[in-house]
Amino acid sequence: MTLPDLSKTPKIDKVGVHERTNRFCTRSIKTSAKQMGLHLALSMIDLTTLEGRDTSEKVKQLCYKARHLDDSIQGLPNVAAVCVYPTLVGVAKKELIGSDIKVASVATAFPSGQSTLEVKLNDTRYAIAEGADEVDMVISRGKFLQGEYNFVFDEIAAVKQACGKAHLKVILETGELDTLDNVRKASDIAMHSGANFIKTSTGKISPAATMPVVFVMLNAIKDFYKETGIKIGMKPAGGISTAKKSLQYLVMLKETLGDEWMNKDLFRFGASSLANDILMQLKKQETGIYQSLDYFSKD
Amino acid sequence: MSRIDVLKTYKIFIGGKFPRTESGRYFHMKNAKGDLLANMCLSSRKDFRNAVVSARKAQENWANATALNRGQILYRIAEMLESRKSQFIQQLISTGSTKSAAKKEVALSIDRLIYYAGWSDKFQQIFSAVNPVSSSYFNFSILEPTGVVSIIASNENPLLGLISLLAPTIVGGNTCVILASATNPLVAISIAEVLNTSDVHAGVVNILTGDREELLPYFASHKDVNAIIYCGDNLKEIKEVEEITTENLKRVSIYRRKNWEEGESQSPYFIEKSQEIKTIWHPTEV
Amino acid sequence: MSKVDINKSWNYAAAPESTAHIQLKKKYDLFIGGDFVKPLSKKYFDTVNPANGEQIAKVAEANKQDVDRAVKAARKAFKSWPKLSVKERGKYIFRIARMMQERAREFAVIESLDGGKPIRESRDIDIPLAANHFFYYAGWSDKLEYAFPNRIPKPLGVAGQIIPWNFPLLMAAWKIAPALATGNTVVMKPAETTSLTALKLAELIQDSGLPKGVVNIITGAGETGAAIVRHPDVDKIAFTGSTEVGKLIEKSLAGIEKKTTLELGGKGANIIFEDAAIEQAVEGIVNAIFFNQGHVCCAGSRLFVQASVADVVIEKLKERISTLIIGDPLDKNTDIGAINSTEQLATIEKYIAIGKKEGADIYQPKSQLPKKGNWCPPTLFLNVSQSHTIVQEEIFGPVLTIQTFRTIDEVIEKANNTPFGLSAGVWTERGSKIFKLSQKLKAGVIWANTFNKFDPASPFGGYKESGIGREGGLHGLKPYLKLES
Repeated sequence: MTLPDLSKTPKIDKVGVHERTNRFCTRSIKTSAKQMGLHLALSMIDLTTLEGRDTSEKVKQLCYKARHLDDSIQGLPNVAAVCVYPTLVGVAKKELIGSDIKVASVATAFPSGQSTLEVKLNDTRYAIAEGADEVDMVISRGKFLQGEYNFVFDEIAAVKQACGKAHLKVILETGELDTLDNVRKASDIAMHSGANFIKTSTGKISPAATMPVVFVMLNAIKDFYKETGIKIGMKPAGGISTAKKSLQYLVMLKETLGDEWMNKDLFRFGASSLANDILMQLKKQETGIYQSLDYFSKD
Repeated sequence: MSRIDVLKTYKIFIGGKFPRTESGRYFHMKNAKGDLLANMCLSSRKDFRNAVVSARKAQENWANATALNRGQILYRIAEMLESRKSQFIQQLISTGSTKSAAKKEVALSIDRLIYYAGWSDKFQQIFSAVNPVSSSYFNFSILEPTGVVSIIASNENPLLGLISLLAPTIVGGNTCVILASATNPLVAISIAEVLNTSDVHAGVVNILTGDREELLPYFASHKDVNAIIYCGDNLKEIKEVEEITTENLKRVSIYRRKNWEEGESQSPYFIEKSQEIKTIWHPTEV
Repeated sequence: MSKVDINKSWNYAAAPESTAHIQLKKKYDLFIGGDFVKPLSKKYFDTVNPANGEQIAKVAEANKQDVDRAVKAARKAFKSWPKLSVKERGKYIFRIARMMQERAREFAVIESLDGGKPIRESRDIDIPLAANHFFYYAGWSDKLEYAFPNRIPKPLGVAGQIIPWNFPLLMAAWKIAPALATGNTVVMKPAETTSLTALKLAELIQDSGLPKGVVNIITGAGETGAAIVRHPDVDKIAFTGSTEVGKLIEKSLAGIEKKTTLELGGKGANIIFEDAAIEQAVEGIVNAIFFNQGHVCCAGSRLFVQASVADVVIEKLKERISTLIIGDPLDKNTDIGAINSTEQLATIEKYIAIGKKEGADIYQPKSQLPKKGNWCPPTLFLNVSQSHTIVQEEIFGPVLTIQTFRTIDEVIEKANNTPFGLSAGVWTERGSKIFKLSQKLKAGVIWANTFNKFDPASPFGGYKESGIGREGGLHGLKPYLKLES
């Protein structure tokens, strides 16, 4: 595909967007809907560790947690994936043998993206060689804000090619894009250039994922589907740490894209502490008693 | 054996917290009989500097709160003050007020807070304008808060004088740093406690106790302060204020009145004094 | 715990609002002179939950003598109320505002129970706006000398106020608050299908210590209202309701010196330009006509969409309304509640039938309507023109007519081509277009890139047959004052 005609990018009214997302937050999710929603949210998590001080031991623990969220609760789904830096992909891959949990790797000079194309492609190829099933890349925000949309487009297309069969998630880093119009524009560029998923944030700056930003991206996905018949996935990342928040995102997903997107193939939560909060909520539903983090493993 | 009272430590109020003066200095506050009431903080220029930083930090969010929200917060301050009436009456009596004068001053202070609470979402309606210009533009003028205001509070009417300057300044979206009166700085710190329990954002009001002569030049010269309100009739001080403030062209309001109970001591014009006027043009043809 | 299958469709479970904490009597009397008194008529009528037809309580029916009693109480109170210090007067009204905030949840539940609107709306919109309305006008009590240059404002006396069933507590606030702040006393009649929140307000007013007789709330139907209008000792009539009744009231007062304000019907034009933020505009359409089941005088009931984006807008609109949940007003997830009464439902269905008969294309999403109660799904009529009855007459239900336009002049002409003039909406990202349209549209309230937004500080009211006078803001004081020079 080619760069879309950006002069046709739909305009976004921020006040209207905020009102719509606030309304999603007034939905009351109780009893069986809450239970199912929490299970669904768990199954959509990319359990993430992306710290400078990560070690193979940390990643091993994370993978164990991914496979054993809470052995005291029956019938829990697995998380969708584990997300790590390229140098730790091998460790994760080994630990997850025999499970259906995917290994996602960040790449392309994550998080800043301030490097040459060559470095970024090598970064990507290395992650793939180590066994990554999915790649989370970052776009060049500086170039985008300067209006060099062809550059941004070409870069994504090149990374997609280097991915081969692996799925590509394109991180827009919405917290740096200034306006919702820009978020829409960046979403359209990413989808046309080959993204399988569009993702809000690296999680390294604030604000990370917010409902207004995700709402704009979901609408971009909807319009792209109508135009091309291709379903693109959505991944909000960073800032979603409570079960309640995750359910609000599921409400928004259901009422914008509908049932077809309500699965891990098309929606992911990039999160680390969300899993435990969901487990606490599930335990509370089961027992009627408010929980403490002391009773859930922290990894 | 009779019970020993726990004596109160009066600290200053900056950024929603009660720190001691960074200078470590104090001055004696005595009652009419000469007994020691408290060791008050003798604030320094650095305390003032820190207070201005807090006030500036808080200003944008405070101005962005809805007018209704600010009005409700001022009403809340009135509710809190009403519930602590007796404490304030006592404090005023301790520095020489009669019981009936103290009761009157407290009641008027509460009512004045409610008065200004009610102006929050109305003063804009009476001071703004849509201007019928002779070209295809929609032209309107609105008031905007000037920013950070430094206030030298009245020495007379230590409670009412303070409220009479504080309320109209903040209801319009400004933040402030106040130098409390010398005659009764205790009520000023007690007001700080009331503000702290009234949902007023941290940093919107900052209150210092100390020496007017020492601190006045800083209140008047600080370049990150947009306006100054001086209450008093010392001609030397007034001249000093008017001279020093030219440095950054601060807006200056001088109130020579000693009595905030009589005459027109509350009006929307007190709010308007700390507001700028912004005029906006927008084309009306397509 | 049963096994959870995450491959199934995820649907919302029932999320009922708790009603255990509310206090409702089985029988309500008239609130006159600060007390609840038995009606001289000795008659009571039922108030019913429109979601299931069940009786909630019995409410007194005021006859002519009861009206006379209430007016006398208001007149007696008027001897002292305006003489009270203005700042103390304001403090009473502040008390009412604060108490309403304290009892907000109870008011919201009863509002939905009695009237049918979704709890989400009464909780998040109606009740907070009502409390804020009292708060706003409380502040004017001691500031009236600033409101009207070169004039001395004086109260009119006893105000007779008749309010409708679509925003019961909010309309009570819109009437009572400015009347009190300006020094008048009040005899108010809520609509007969929605009296309960007004009666709870009466209880609150008792608790606030407001001097007896300053506010009198008497319940009843059309006859009671007529008696208030005709009463010779009422100085001012304020009416919100249908244009038809409004005209009758004006006619009956011809030659009689009695000030009136009227807030009547509407047929608001909602205009979407091609350069609008389309997604938000579609949401705006939903808010304009399906908010409160369309029981809104200022509803955007006529959609005008620019031809070049009509297909996209209509497609997105159909998708959006398929996610609206119609159901129990007390379920927190309900978007569209019950139609207020069987009479109103009959009216709406009548218009839907006319629309079909006159050849318009109807669209209604598939919805599961509850078996008992009064329900109407969101309804679109496409391929309509100016002369269709459903485009001209106010339906007062969740029914939207959709027309297209090509040019600015065309849409202005069509939007203005109606005897009504209450509201209009303009959707475009171009500022100059907003200003141009708002200058040309003949409506008392114009919303740009939004709809159905209300605020106590914002004046509301109509042009032409949508009414006379404004409520809200500084301008909302005028109807309750005589301005002496």
